[in-house]
Amino acid sequence: MAYPDLMTRPMREEVTRLGFQELKTPAEVDAVVGQGEGTMLIFVNSVCGCAAGGARPALSLAMQNQVKPAKSVSVFAGVDNEATQRARSFFSDYQPSSPSMAILKDGEVVHFVHRHQIEGKHPQQIAAELVAAFEKHCA
Amino acid sequence: MSGHVFHLGHDDLHGITVVLETTSGKTVIGRWHERVEKGIVLHDAALNEAGSQQTRDDFIARSVKFGVKPEHRTLVVTDEIASVRKLAEF
Repeated sequence: MAYPDLMTRPMREEVTRLGFQELKTPAEVDAVVGQGEGTMLIFVNSVCGCAAGGARPALSLAMQNQVKPAKSVSVFAGVDNEATQRARSFFSDYQPSSPSMAILKDGEVVHFVHRHQIEGKHPQQIAAELVAAFEKHCA
Repeated sequence: MSGHVFHLGHDDLHGITVVLETTSGKTVIGRWHERVEKGIVLHDAALNEAGSQQTRDDFIARSVKFGVKPEHRTLVVTDEIASVRKLAEF
């Protein structure tokens, strides 16, 4: 089932206004994530409540931190499926879940946030854990 | 448990990935859907039984780190439950 643009646009914009580059095709994913240099946060966006109530508000808080990944990108699971699948190929050891977040450093996964680490948590708690990962891997 | 109801109108644990341990020695990890008369309904669940090649601790640790590898789209756990914890608590 394709979600209407009217429904997903605010969910996209909630992330892009934080400075995330949205990747909608496998080619875009390859061009950006495939570079594999420096630190990068990949957010797998989702229409579910975990994303709305936890992940996106947490990103909004965490991205205010001074130390953060050099680049931040997002793909939209259930919407841009091919791009999402390609993005997941860069962290294929990890089971697909959405929403989820991966921090890559020089192409290697150094931190991963699964859906089970988001669901039922308050954004402040998720953000604090994310900021700790930023400080550890992106300083 | 925080008492925070994640999905209004459902159980407190609805939508939360949990670790169920049964008195029969099974460990089941999956997303809690609901408790019904027959047992507990989980989605995207994985199962580890006593005597499996992978120990219970390894099964949980691997699920924490790499995510739950879903073996069952929907699974009704009918065994007597010994404990229920969120996977995120491990």
